[in-house]
Amino acid sequence: MQRPLNRLTTKLEVRRLSKEEVYRIVIDPKDHRDVPLTLITDCPSYLMTKTGSWRTLRPIVDNEKCIKCGICWKFCPDVSIHVKEDGAEVDYDFCKGCGICAKECPVDAIVMEKEEDYV
Amino acid sequence: MSEMKIVSGNFAAAYGAKLSRVEVVAAYPITPQTEVVEKIAELVSNGEMDSEYVKVESEHSAMAACIAASNAGARAYTASSAHGLALMHELLIWASGARLPVVMTNINRAMGPPWSVWADHHDTLAQKGTGQLQFFCENNQEVLDSVIMAFKICEDADIMLPAMVVEDAFILSHTKEPVEIYDQELVDEFLPPYDPEYKLDVERPFGFGSLGMPDWYMDFRYKIAEAFEKAPEKIEKVNKEFTEIFGNDNGGLIEEYKTDGVDVLIVTMGSISSTSKDVIDELRKEGHNVGLARLRTFRPFPVEKFREITKGVNVVGVMDRSYTFGHGGDAAREIKDALYGHRDLILKDYIVGLGGRDLTPKILKNIMLDAISLQDKGLDKEIEWVDLRINQERWRR
Amino acid sequence: MAKIPEKELMFQGTTACPGCGAGNAMRYVLKALGKNTIINIPACCWAVIPGVYPSRNLDIPLLYNAFEATGAASSGVRAALNAKGIDPREITVAGFAGDGGTADIGIQALSGCVERGTDTIQIMYDNEAYMNTGIQRSGETPYGAWTTTTPVGSEKAWKKNPKKNMMEIMNAHGIPYTATVSIAYPEIMIEKIQKAKDIPGPKFIHIYAPCPTGWRSDPSDTVKLAKLAFETCVFPLYEIENGVYNIYKKPKKKVPVRDYLKLQGRFRHLPTEEVELIQENVDREWELLQKKEKFTKE
Repeated sequence: MQRPLNRLTTKLEVRRLSKEEVYRIVIDPKDHRDVPLTLITDCPSYLMTKTGSWRTLRPIVDNEKCIKCGICWKFCPDVSIHVKEDGAEVDYDFCKGCGICAKECPVDAIVMEKEEDYV
Repeated sequence: MSEMKIVSGNFAAAYGAKLSRVEVVAAYPITPQTEVVEKIAELVSNGEMDSEYVKVESEHSAMAACIAASNAGARAYTASSAHGLALMHELLIWASGARLPVVMTNINRAMGPPWSVWADHHDTLAQKGTGQLQFFCENNQEVLDSVIMAFKICEDADIMLPAMVVEDAFILSHTKEPVEIYDQELVDEFLPPYDPEYKLDVERPFGFGSLGMPDWYMDFRYKIAEAFEKAPEKIEKVNKEFTEIFGNDNGGLIEEYKTDGVDVLIVTMGSISSTSKDVIDELRKEGHNVGLARLRTFRPFPVEKFREITKGVNVVGVMDRSYTFGHGGDAAREIKDALYGHRDLILKDYIVGLGGRDLTPKILKNIMLDAISLQDKGLDKEIEWVDLRINQERWRR
Repeated sequence: MAKIPEKELMFQGTTACPGCGAGNAMRYVLKALGKNTIINIPACCWAVIPGVYPSRNLDIPLLYNAFEATGAASSGVRAALNAKGIDPREITVAGFAGDGGTADIGIQALSGCVERGTDTIQIMYDNEAYMNTGIQRSGETPYGAWTTTTPVGSEKAWKKNPKKNMMEIMNAHGIPYTATVSIAYPEIMIEKIQKAKDIPGPKFIHIYAPCPTGWRSDPSDTVKLAKLAFETCVFPLYEIENGVYNIYKKPKKKVPVRDYLKLQGRFRHLPTEEVELIQENVDREWELLQKKEKFTKE
């Protein structure tokens, strides 16, 4: 019996797949006997839920201003902004647009703009 | 070497847990279960039992701790009674939903009010829908045996459900009988260590018991139904294996006592069965073709087995030591359910011995004679309350 | 001060509301405790945040348990690990419950768990109401707050009872360590949780975790509110180690409580005299806490 449990955790390349694809291929077996007896969660949430679609405000980083202090990363409750070589980079797949990064940025390098202007 | 000891039903339960090499015990005291936890505390303190004993602050926490321990891969055991069991209700369902083979001993005691500490099956039967396997014991040896067998049955990969081994308050819990305490090595051979496929493990960081949406919930419930379907066969198999190794046959699903070709079948549960068997002997000597079926396993309910043993039977008299508010006793309801469309017979439900009311051989004989009389006169009453103040004269004469 | 570990044990894709203080609370807790942790979560926002089956957003084993059972579940897991010879310093067992699951329905199991001396960290992420069920008042809802069960009506208005002091309740159990921490100061929070982790026996951590949805505040103000709660002394940052109080971070200048309240819609209805009353209470509690520190340190 093929059990999907733990297959995903070792195959991170699946991340390139869409939620629907992941679900169809590994998570949504048609036969209940293909999963353990009780609910055991094993699929990383980033494969199932792309929370970027919730956003109404979009953080825009001005990396000319960014001092790479990491405060935005520190306070992001969605682990969706990272400081890289060129400055802060927002992961728009997951950023919910709460605006904490913009408010806490000590040099005002982040502004919140209307998401609808970007869709 | 096995050894005979004169012990109470409660001590037998504690020895059963010890022989099962229970790793975690979490329990809260309640009359008449206290001796179970006292004995375990003593065994653990003396180093005779290698268990973690969590002295919880309530029965709810007792089952919660057992569930968590079982989820972490440990064999877990608890004991309770009546109101304590009722307090556990939420977690009894949790244990079965989480598919955890937690085994408990419940001492059957009446639910209050009126406050009562005496024998009555209401507490256990009120939990019949919680996904627990339920084994009703007749004597102290069976209590010990059933604890060991319950772990074996419940830890089977096809079953993975919790179980209750139940004994009647005081009649078994506080009455001493000779009980064979088996050789540990023999038990170890029968019951290998608990080693679940999935458990809380930092190397495999899974979540246990998350939110299930409607597209999955029902399928997980069906998986429990599948386990219950497989359980009767498993119970008989384990009972047979146990009998072969230890020499004590506890009857599996139903213990049949002189049931071959009987016209009248009496159904009992728990401690009244022993006295009832003597009465059966007496009646048979007097020329009545009557036998007894002791309903040992209430969950899973032995539906097929009932159909089998009622072949050719005219009357089934069920003694229910519990009253399910609203309509008679549970055993009679379930037996009717099993026989519907399969057997054309008379079934009468006798509500007996609630809250520890004494059941003398005299009363039991009168009940059986009443059941026998139905063959000629037909069913007079579906549900009969026996030995009430208003009808004591009739049942005690 | 501890540096924030880079390693994330909380994944993206959480179903928490935007700006959720509890999201970061868990993130920092896991950064502090590390991979060798088993966590128990009762019914609360965090029972839903990991997502629905088969989603998991923590890279550590997670046991969901009944609402009132976190303390007992922690004892159960710890007992199982003990039975298997796994040392508490090797694997940390933590309970992570909301204010309802800690201070209200879960208080009995929590009390039992610490009274038994279970070697575990019991964590309350406090968002000051039953947020997962839709903002009903809890024992941790502060005086004056609007919730859906303490609505502002014409006859009766807002919560009239004070916030339950869990630090004192836990300290009264005689446990070795309790601390308040705030998501506004992650470095100190991580330091304190790591400190707790290394102490044998039962530990209690009270995390201040603002909830924009329930507090009717702007999601971007979550960290700012947590800072203000500290600066106003509404939520002082202190630890109690073996009975000795230590206010480990003191505001340089006390900010008026009004500044904290006005950012939250749940206090919008309060007349000036009520705000003054709250200020008086905060001042008195702060004074008392400093006295306790002085007294126990002497």
